[in-house]
Amino acid sequence: MLRYTVRRLGQLMLVVLALSVLLFAWLRALPGGPVSALLGDRATPESEAALRADLGLDQPIVLQYWRFVARALSGDFGTSTGVQRGTPALDVFLQRFPATLELAVLAILIAIAVGIPLGYLAARRRGRILDNLSITWSLVGIAVPVFFLAFLLKWIFAVQLGWLPASGRQTGGIDATRVTGFYVLDGILTQEWDAALDAFVHLLLPAIALSTIPFAVIFRITRAAVLDVLDEDYVRTARSKGLAGAVIRRRHVLRNAMLPVVTTIGLQTGALLSGAVLTERVFNIPGLGQALALGFERKDFPVLQVVILASAMTYVLVNLLVDLSYAAIDPRIRTR
Amino acid sequence: MAIGTSRKERIDSLAESSATETGVSLAASAWRRLRRNPVFLVGASIIGLFVLLALIAPLIAPHDPGVRMLADQVSRATNSIPPAQEGHPFGGDQHGRDLFSRVLLGSQQTLLVAVLATVIGLGGGLTLGTLAGAFGGWVDSLVMRIVDVMLSVPSLLLAVSIGALFSAQTQFTVILAVAIVQIPVFARLLRGTMLAQRESDHVLAARSLGVRQRSIVFRHMLPNALGPVIVQSTLVLAVAIIDAAALSFLGLGAADDSVPEWGQMLGNAQNVIDSHPHLAFWPAACIIVVALGFTLVGESLRDALDPKRRR
Repeated sequence: MLRYTVRRLGQLMLVVLALSVLLFAWLRALPGGPVSALLGDRATPESEAALRADLGLDQPIVLQYWRFVARALSGDFGTSTGVQRGTPALDVFLQRFPATLELAVLAILIAIAVGIPLGYLAARRRGRILDNLSITWSLVGIAVPVFFLAFLLKWIFAVQLGWLPASGRQTGGIDATRVTGFYVLDGILTQEWDAALDAFVHLLLPAIALSTIPFAVIFRITRAAVLDVLDEDYVRTARSKGLAGAVIRRRHVLRNAMLPVVTTIGLQTGALLSGAVLTERVFNIPGLGQALALGFERKDFPVLQVVILASAMTYVLVNLLVDLSYAAIDPRIRTR
Repeated sequence: MAIGTSRKERIDSLAESSATETGVSLAASAWRRLRRNPVFLVGASIIGLFVLLALIAPLIAPHDPGVRMLADQVSRATNSIPPAQEGHPFGGDQHGRDLFSRVLLGSQQTLLVAVLATVIGLGGGLTLGTLAGAFGGWVDSLVMRIVDVMLSVPSLLLAVSIGALFSAQTQFTVILAVAIVQIPVFARLLRGTMLAQRESDHVLAARSLGVRQRSIVFRHMLPNALGPVIVQSTLVLAVAIIDAAALSFLGLGAADDSVPEWGQMLGNAQNVIDSHPHLAFWPAACIIVVALGFTLVGESLRDALDPKRRR
């Protein structure tokens, strides 16, 4: 188990290293570049050359990469040139990361809380109305562009009905103490319940929009897995030896059906990060997605490097955790 | 030499017939199940309808989708956009072009984006996946590491990174960005099924009969590994349309919008969506229905090709 973990972590490092090389070269191949994005129309050949030298972009790319890695190892990822000019890129990331994580966590919680029970119920009532309705719902959920759904939710519940806030992370001017940067958590930690509730209410619409695709996938995998397990001989055996229905469902059906579901949840991390870019834009949430969109627009290399590398690491790390959690659910894997 | 060649060919054809002539073929039995599946019929009808629409759109569209015929009713200052009126059932768009005609003709570009993106993604994925799955060893390791790096970046970020690489965004750069994202998915999928094929008895049998490597790969492994890939391509047709819309939404759609495409129309409607939701509604509704159609067909294909459900 330990050897496996170490090997996977080694692979993770290799993937990140390879990605950093590709990303570095890739960004510098983008048309425009930070110099013209910064100077715009006011650019003169002299000021361009001066800024280029200032940013270190006049050096050979291999040397630039080498300096990037050397500094990155000591925690210096360069200074933002466009998203928040003058702020260290790592700080830009750290300021925005909580917003995106809060949104993604709530979205995946909604998806799990609705998807797994519904998938289980649909499988047990296969072919009945609940099954058909939830299948239809999940199929439509996949077909709807996330940002359109976000707009639709915003239009109905924020603009027309006025039940929920339309944008931002918290009502402006609210008296809230910042501790971790996770607004809901901050409110709970400092026992400022109104601030926590306010932040939570702001999260609801974007999180619901973001949860549709993970929900649809989790629902369908759960349903299929439960159907497969219900067919198994050991379930029939358990039933025939007179075990209580609740025991069969909990110990025999659910536990065995959860294995593919857990993988799916891990794989949804990528979809969540992608979707966050879109929902954050619709609801004007200052998160990583917004930093990325702005970063590409203004060719902010340091910010893009940190954000993309960190997203990739999160994604790969979550999937490693998922693989490790198999062992906890499935004792057969532990022996291998 | 002549004898040797003819023997090889005989073995090849023998091994091939042993692989294909096993009662009812998978394709035939899959088709039999598909024909009876209402999910497939609904999905196929939706797609059939929209393909037909795309074909006859130029004939039935009342106006040229590129002409700003209602431009006099458009005003930035008062944020007014031509409402529905005689001859223009959906009204006009932000530039005063007939919305109904644009939605109709949008079917052409949208389906083109879906098909081209899928074909490019599939082609790239097939090549990489076949290389990795057929040869194994260092080829496999190399290809899979590249694929892993690509897969480690969330799909939309990858598409955005690729889209941003071009100095001018056109419909083709959108297609390319959407397609490249799918390459690692197809490659991984195909490699997985090919690896399973490599270990299977019929490939072992073919190999021990002395069938050439090339014909093992192309005649024995690839055809049997294609099922999941076909299912995936159907699903990708839907994903491609939605991803293209997302790129437009993020400002990386085609700059020229004289030829309408639903994703682009939806993306461009974001600034007026609060005051004029119908500009987003029509293209969005079309995208949802077509994507649903492709998804339904993909899902029913998956069920039909799954040997476990062969009853």
